[in-house]
Amino acid sequence: MILDSKIPEGPLAEKWEKHKFNVKLVNPANKRKYDIIVVGTGLAGASAAATFGELGYNVKAFCYQDSPRRAHSIAAQGGINAAKNYQNDGDSVFRLFYDTIKGGDYRAREANVYRLAQVSVNIIDQCVAQGVPFAREYGGLLANRSFGGAQVSRTFYARGQTGQQLLLGAYSALNRQIAYGKVKMYPRTEMLDLVMVDGKARGIVTRNLITGKVESHSAHAVVLATGGYGNVFFLSTNAMGSNTTAAWRAHRRGALFANPCYTQIHPTCIPVSGSHQSKLTLMSESLRNDGRVWVPKTIELAKKLQTGELRASDIAEADRDYYLERKYPAFGNLVPRDVASRNAKLVCDEGRGVGASGLAVYLDFADAIKREGLNAISAKYGNLFDMYAKITDENPYESPMRIYPAVHYTMGGLWVDYNLMTNLPGLYATGECNFSDHGANRLGASALMQGLADGYFVIPYTIGDYLAQMPSDKVSTDHPAFKEAEQNVQAITNKLLSINGTRTVDDFHKALGQIMWDYCGMARNAEGLKFAKQEIRKLRAEFWRDVKVIGVNEELNMTLEKAHRVADFLELGELMVDDALNRNESCGGHFREESQTPENEALRDDENYAYVAAWEYAGEGNEPILHKEELKFENVKLTQRSYK
Amino acid sequence: MAGNNPNAKLMNLTLKVWRQKNMNTPGQLVTYPVKNISPDMSFLEMLDVVNEELLVKNEDPIAFDHDCREGICGMCSLFINGRAHGPERGTTTCQLHMRSFRDGDTITIEPWRAAAFPVYKDLIVDRAAFDRIQQAGGYVSVNTGGVPDANEIPIPKTIADKAFDAATCIGCGACVAACKNASAMLFVSAKVSQLAMLPQGKVERKTRVENMVAQMDIEGFGACSNTGACAAECPVGISLENIAFMNREYLTAKATSENVA
Amino acid sequence: MNWFTKTFSSTIGRKIVMSVTGLFLCSFLVVHLLGNLTLFRNDGGEAFNLYSHFMASNGVIRAMEIVLVLGFLFHIYDAIVLSRRNKGARPVNYAENHPEQNTTSWASRNMGLLGTVILVFLIVHLWNFFVPARFGSLDPVLIENVEYDNLYTSVVEAFKNPIYVLIYVLGMIALAYHLIHGFQSAFQSLGLTHKKYTPFIQIFGFAFSVLICLGFAIIPLYFFFTQQ
Repeated sequence: MILDSKIPEGPLAEKWEKHKFNVKLVNPANKRKYDIIVVGTGLAGASAAATFGELGYNVKAFCYQDSPRRAHSIAAQGGINAAKNYQNDGDSVFRLFYDTIKGGDYRAREANVYRLAQVSVNIIDQCVAQGVPFAREYGGLLANRSFGGAQVSRTFYARGQTGQQLLLGAYSALNRQIAYGKVKMYPRTEMLDLVMVDGKARGIVTRNLITGKVESHSAHAVVLATGGYGNVFFLSTNAMGSNTTAAWRAHRRGALFANPCYTQIHPTCIPVSGSHQSKLTLMSESLRNDGRVWVPKTIELAKKLQTGELRASDIAEADRDYYLERKYPAFGNLVPRDVASRNAKLVCDEGRGVGASGLAVYLDFADAIKREGLNAISAKYGNLFDMYAKITDENPYESPMRIYPAVHYTMGGLWVDYNLMTNLPGLYATGECNFSDHGANRLGASALMQGLADGYFVIPYTIGDYLAQMPSDKVSTDHPAFKEAEQNVQAITNKLLSINGTRTVDDFHKALGQIMWDYCGMARNAEGLKFAKQEIRKLRAEFWRDVKVIGVNEELNMTLEKAHRVADFLELGELMVDDALNRNESCGGHFREESQTPENEALRDDENYAYVAAWEYAGEGNEPILHKEELKFENVKLTQRSYK
Repeated sequence: MAGNNPNAKLMNLTLKVWRQKNMNTPGQLVTYPVKNISPDMSFLEMLDVVNEELLVKNEDPIAFDHDCREGICGMCSLFINGRAHGPERGTTTCQLHMRSFRDGDTITIEPWRAAAFPVYKDLIVDRAAFDRIQQAGGYVSVNTGGVPDANEIPIPKTIADKAFDAATCIGCGACVAACKNASAMLFVSAKVSQLAMLPQGKVERKTRVENMVAQMDIEGFGACSNTGACAAECPVGISLENIAFMNREYLTAKATSENVA
Repeated sequence: MNWFTKTFSSTIGRKIVMSVTGLFLCSFLVVHLLGNLTLFRNDGGEAFNLYSHFMASNGVIRAMEIVLVLGFLFHIYDAIVLSRRNKGARPVNYAENHPEQNTTSWASRNMGLLGTVILVFLIVHLWNFFVPARFGSLDPVLIENVEYDNLYTSVVEAFKNPIYVLIYVLGMIALAYHLIHGFQSAFQSLGLTHKKYTPFIQIFGFAFSVLICLGFAIIPLYFFFTQQ
């Protein structure tokens, strides 16, 4: 298989314009003859579904939540980047492109990232027109802030709820199309299989989560906008329902899965408090603008902090190690996420972590409060401080917050070309579900940008190119391919229900999460990864022998829903380990202990690994097949990232 | 792993939970004793523990809605001890922690109750009525592309902030659940005011409020008695001012719109 | 239905009718109380009887009386329609329900009950005074050689009965609570709220409700304790 990224010829800045001119168009009168399925209604899905509807296509949109408004995009806090340069501080499309490529540790496609930076400016216009209430200055114009270590203020925000406001904007556009009858919405419905007819993606099989009914839906193209797979770790900042099932089942039908090992571990999350923990809560990265990260200089002091013998305020200034400021004087506490996370792990591994578990570092606002006053800090971070207090029962105005990294975002995903189409004709992947724009590490405030760029401004063009070249004839859901997929879904369900073992689904999920976190988390090595692969295989075998799923299919059965999802995580987990093992270099969110500089920084190996690793499913029990897409850098020079 | 507070005492509780097989079967409260609950657990984590125990005993776990577990998606609900989202103000159920309860407490857990929110199973209700109200007009009719530059229309910060306050509604339905009339006025008014305040939304303000209120009535929600329970129980603090705003919008629209039907 | 009936049969429309009629009835209370103050003139009822004669015979007043009756009818009709709708909006009740604990007032939750008490009082009140006065079974009295109905005596007689006094005082307490919520609530329903003026409306509404009802309640108490 030759991976063709279909990147248009020509200078970087002109590629997208040229491509837009070269794509084939569907005649306006013919658009209503084409059906598109969109799975997932977060930023990438809702924006795409709404825009398809506006263009005149017939859309069926699916989400597992009770309403499209609840997709996990809603939880994004910090903001959305756009190269508007409203602040006159030197930003430009090229600078946003450059920062994103560099931030991704040179493991993303230049052309995709440049296009992302180009359309970023349209996103802000679109959202404002929808009535999204972005933060504003007293003069009535939009406010910006610097975010995630960026040297310019290009982040647009809506307090700490930017994701919510953007999603509600896309949701309102989607609602408008639902009201017009152009989009038919299927909430509480989960995609469980992809249907291929004559080598093209022509539909999906779903399960109605209320009635259990398995149904087929036929269309001319299928768009997966189902988010990331961070829940493979069990504990993550993802929503409880976030899963990889739609993407994974597409993978099993032939779609390549790219760079699965690229996982973003967010440095500022509330630490785990006990074995009952069901998810982790992110504290916005913006906190690092004013908070100072530290641990005690000695293990002895850390021990006393862990047992509660001493409190943070008892530690003298001279006994504190503000390790990020010490190691990275230029960026200080604002180093990129992967660097901040890894350093937190390092100091905790040294035994200098704080909190009862020793797995936390302090994020201290005492200096900021002294400098700017309590009110100013409260105005900036009040809602975050309140959330922290609610969860931990500690007052962050008085004692420093305890934070620890947590799985947050997955840069890997289904392999797509420049048109966002997977290697399966007619199957597209957008947003976090694909692998395309963030390389090995995503910058803060870029996830929202990518989701909306894909949905509003990229796929509406590129999908037309595909549809224009195919007849509008519909495939009946009575087609044998649909029946085969339905039977496949039914067979998995029956298998899960028939095992009647002793271990619960959550129990397996937690066990998988622990393996992933320990061996495929913030730091990975060959030995650990090989061990993890065996452990996951054992666990998967045990799952299919001993999992406990009760009830029947024909009802609201949450255990069965989870079982389907965890079954897929158990396969994906192994692929992540395979990918991490294959990539014998450190880059961005993937840190191989074998590949680091003398100062313990990630060390890339551009000679051997400047490629996208796209994995092909080879059937149960078989090793996946690796396909490489070489990354060519013509506009940026590959350098060792340095935030010193 | 130790908790935040290593000395925290574990609690024993009695739960009275609404169990209902499906929409067509009547339900009832069922009592479950629960042991060794850490005060650091969230309320939903406590239910996770109960469900794991039920599963082991081959009993159907308690079905409840939840997703983000960080208080923003609006998926979680639960009427806990007679209060929407439980005893803490400004808190969703997923952000409620067990330290708000005491050892030995009896906790009654019921679904949102409203004709417009029929029960699917146990504690899960159908809130599609909210989506249909939004579909009736909770949007600005702009297609993707072809919009003016974002800074073309300055919006006074005070207006933008007010619109934002209304826009923070998470659509959980606590207002309906808490209202003695199961009225959806706070939910509907939040969207109506957000869009009517902003210049972008002003173009369609009359048809919007007419259509959204009409849909709200079709769905079978009750009327507003101005008790203020909705705003008091709202986890994100949507203000009653929005309801007054919507009343004003509605009256003005009805009196002056071109719509005579 | 045309747009007009549609508007006023919507939930918000009916609340608007409730508010407008409610505020109109408040204005009636003011007029009624001012007239009643003539009872305290200590002139053997002369001023009061002249006033009641004027109210019963003046054309404008008689016309307004019809408006007043309509005001009552619409207020009561919409209250019944809304209450039934509100009950229907929650067919299954909570086993445990105290969402309004400390956050809402008792009066706001019991406007229907208060309204019913007021309606019962109103019927008693009309039966006591309005019906005899209008349909002529009162004793005559001469004022400056003209014969008038002596409504004053029947007021004095009625309030010698402690049961009537009790009914009237209870009726006024119910009315006071009804108004404490209703007055400011009417402004909310009409959308007449503003950061600057709403606090004033709330304070005024409270004072209005208490003073008006106190004014009315003093009458039976005054006659009960002074005319025994």
